Amino acid sequence: MHLLKYRLTKRQLDVLKNRKELIKGGISRRDLLKLGLMTSAGVLVDGLSVSRAFGQTTATTVDANGTITGVARSSSQSCGSRGSSLCVVSPPIQPFLDLLPTPRDGTWRIQTPTALSPAPTVAPNTAAGEGRTIAHQAFTQFPPQKFYGITQKAGALSITSDPTIDPQNLWGFAIGTPEQNNPINVPGPLYVEHYNVPILVRNYNRLPPEGQNGGFGKPSVTTHLHNGHTPSESDGNPCNFFEIGQFYDQHYPNVYAGINSTHPGTGDIREALHTLWYHDHRVDFTSQNTYKGLAGMYLLFNDKDTGDELTGFHLPSFPQFDIPMVFNDKVIDPSTGQLFFDLFNLDGILGDRFLVNGKVQPVLHVSPRRYRFRWLNTGPSRFYQFFLTDLTNLGANNTFWQISTDGNLTDKPYQVSSSRVAVSERVDVIVDFTGKAGKTFYIENRLIQNDGQGPSGGLFAAGQGDLILKIVVDGPVVNDNSQNPANITAFYGFPNTTDPVRVERTFVFQNRGDWEINGKIFACDDIRFQVLKNSNEKWTIQNEGFSWHHPVHIHFEEFQTLSINGRAPATSPLVQKGRKDVARLESNDTHVVYFRFRDFHGRYPIHCHNVVHEDHAMMAHWEIVDTGGDTNPRP
Amino acid sequence: MIKMSRRAWLGMAGAAAAVGVVGLPPLQREGRAAPLPPRELIRRRSFPNLVLTTHEGEQVRFYDDLIKDKFVTLNMMYSTCKATCPLTTANLVQVQKLLADRVGRDLFMYSITLDPKQDTPEVLNAYAKTFGVGAGWKFLTGNPDDIEQLRRRLGFRWANQEMDKNKDFHTGNLRYGNEPLMLWGAVPGLAEPTWVSECILFADWPQNRQKDRERIAEAKSRKASGAGRTGPVVHDHEHH
Repeated sequence: MHLLKYRLTKRQLDVLKNRKELIKGGISRRDLLKLGLMTSAGVLVDGLSVSRAFGQTTATTVDANGTITGVARSSSQSCGSRGSSLCVVSPPIQPFLDLLPTPRDGTWRIQTPTALSPAPTVAPNTAAGEGRTIAHQAFTQFPPQKFYGITQKAGALSITSDPTIDPQNLWGFAIGTPEQNNPINVPGPLYVEHYNVPILVRNYNRLPPEGQNGGFGKPSVTTHLHNGHTPSESDGNPCNFFEIGQFYDQHYPNVYAGINSTHPGTGDIREALHTLWYHDHRVDFTSQNTYKGLAGMYLLFNDKDTGDELTGFHLPSFPQFDIPMVFNDKVIDPSTGQLFFDLFNLDGILGDRFLVNGKVQPVLHVSPRRYRFRWLNTGPSRFYQFFLTDLTNLGANNTFWQISTDGNLTDKPYQVSSSRVAVSERVDVIVDFTGKAGKTFYIENRLIQNDGQGPSGGLFAAGQGDLILKIVVDGPVVNDNSQNPANITAFYGFPNTTDPVRVERTFVFQNRGDWEINGKIFACDDIRFQVLKNSNEKWTIQNEGFSWHHPVHIHFEEFQTLSINGRAPATSPLVQKGRKDVARLESNDTHVVYFRFRDFHGRYPIHCHNVVHEDHAMMAHWEIVDTGGDTNPRP
Repeated sequence: MIKMSRRAWLGMAGAAAAVGVVGLPPLQREGRAAPLPPRELIRRRSFPNLVLTTHEGEQVRFYDDLIKDKFVTLNMMYSTCKATCPLTTANLVQVQKLLADRVGRDLFMYSITLDPKQDTPEVLNAYAKTFGVGAGWKFLTGNPDDIEQLRRRLGFRWANQEMDKNKDFHTGNLRYGNEPLMLWGAVPGLAEPTWVSECILFADWPQNRQKDRERIAEAKSRKASGAGRTGPVVHDHEHH
């Protein structure tokens, strides 16, 4: 009787009836959920999986211990766009089976130095198979002190211990040279680097040839370090892609902006950035290649943010209490058991399963003390708003401290109830579990988003969103030498935004049947405007409207937000104030931002980081030049 | 020669799928049908084998005759469109010229009308003639329900319903792809013709890559040396 309220068809009921679990005892909604999770996944009923039957109606279900037993919400990428004839929904995957891979536990590998042969050269080593076409501009000034090899190739990885889900055929980064033949990592190996220690990364493309991509992905790559102060030729420009069999040397000076200009020899430490990431940026194919696994993280320490809580700003020590977290959403195709990607979509695509550090809804065990979490959203198109939820006390406001915007420390820590993270944004937070021993928390995304365009407006009630990471406070009591964020009155402070600007420019992100910026269309060799090296500019970045949101990323240089829709950036309830490399344009938003372009020259893009918009040309190329520069106000 | 190597590539792709070179072969699970190969799934989801009529009056099946085993471009237009369509068609004629030795041989261009009631084969034929469309580029019409199905399946649609109702918002993008290689991308149809060509060639058979690079470099140098533009300047276009 009560099954009727779940709107099951008779055929679906017949299938369920075949399950012997159903025969036992009474049937509750929770039992059905459990059943959906525990029966062999992907059992298809006329193309309809068991989970699909519940997919539109279920919320989370919690038992008496505050432990979640089921989660099945969110539209999949193909059900997102109304009018689609496609609707691919993942089979059920039992959540919270796997431990979160971390550098702390050695389950997320840290990149290790590699002997490179032939030795890296300033000029592209075309004869040896290098795909680079531009000489390194700062190699002699900042000679690399560490050398890494990294190989992009295919491999199969488990994303969950749920036995009904096959290992996934992914593209990833393997530590070392192709000859070392190491397994791939998704997310890619973690770079743990330090300011003023320049490095060189040799990227090898050993992806499988065309025709062997499993349905999507182009085996032609360019790896962007988002958002290093990196010379153009090493930035991973979308147009600097290289092919199977080739390699590409990327030189990361790891210096503060200003080193060759306003702060000669040292750079301006106020321009420090600490949480970066790297990902494929191949023009027209970024969404497919990053979705397939080509993304990782890059941490940058210095003598203030040291990774040691006994020194500097006394932030929780890495890797024990400093945990990077890479979030993304995917769809598993029930017809193949493999990742599904909607090739023919213009709005953006959503997943209905959530991964953190490569595992579906994993679990993290912590001790009752302070932790630093570094949140990164790798997309493709979803925005998150993360809350810390205690399912046994949904009314509680579990605050934490936000200390960065896009990996740049804020002027001081801000106590918040949530942080919003659009595609490619990063947020570092400090969560204090002191006194919380025995409790369980979830990182819950409460932001409502029904399709790839952007958030639909509004938040789910506590406990009704997507519970993405389970955090169990059951570790031993340990010392906490980190500083209480409430007592940190300042980090670096911000550089001024009052120095005169050479030019003010406006960029309107719009849809005119295709994706455009200022009514113009991207092409690799179309340099829209030239910025004079070591000059300041003020940009107005505007969303023309409709229902799309555009997280706009500008390569190379961090900006400071001067205003959002005419108002000074807020610090509550969401932290908008700070240095950033992504302007999160929500519907009709206008951001005014202030830049200093310093030290290096060459071309860089500005683009929407909803990677589906980006792949459909919502991008423009510009160039830093040593002399001249234009004053085009609307390039 | 191109045909030979193309066949070789097809063979390789097939063999790879059969032995699961890419990764682990899918596990056979109790009660689950054998997984479909990804190429077959893309076909089922995106390329219905509908009967269409070309501007030359020929009846064709969308998948069997136009897509299967082919390297193609796809866009949508209608003959009475006063917004981007005429500019796009003119731009794509320039693209066709740039890729003249390929179009009709191993690259096929398709423009599907959004107004099949008005755009009969005769109307489309006159339209193609007006723009100087060459061989290897078919304008396609058909049953309105079929055309609507094709539009949705090929993703010429927007989640924003207001925009989705407006035909002119479906004429902006040119899809390019290579069916057996499962490579699909898109570029605005009004981009620079050299850039449109470059993008199309992202989905080319790999053995042509070197020739593609030379072709584009040559086209760009022709443009740079002022020996005649390859297409109209189409940076600032307006919708009506």
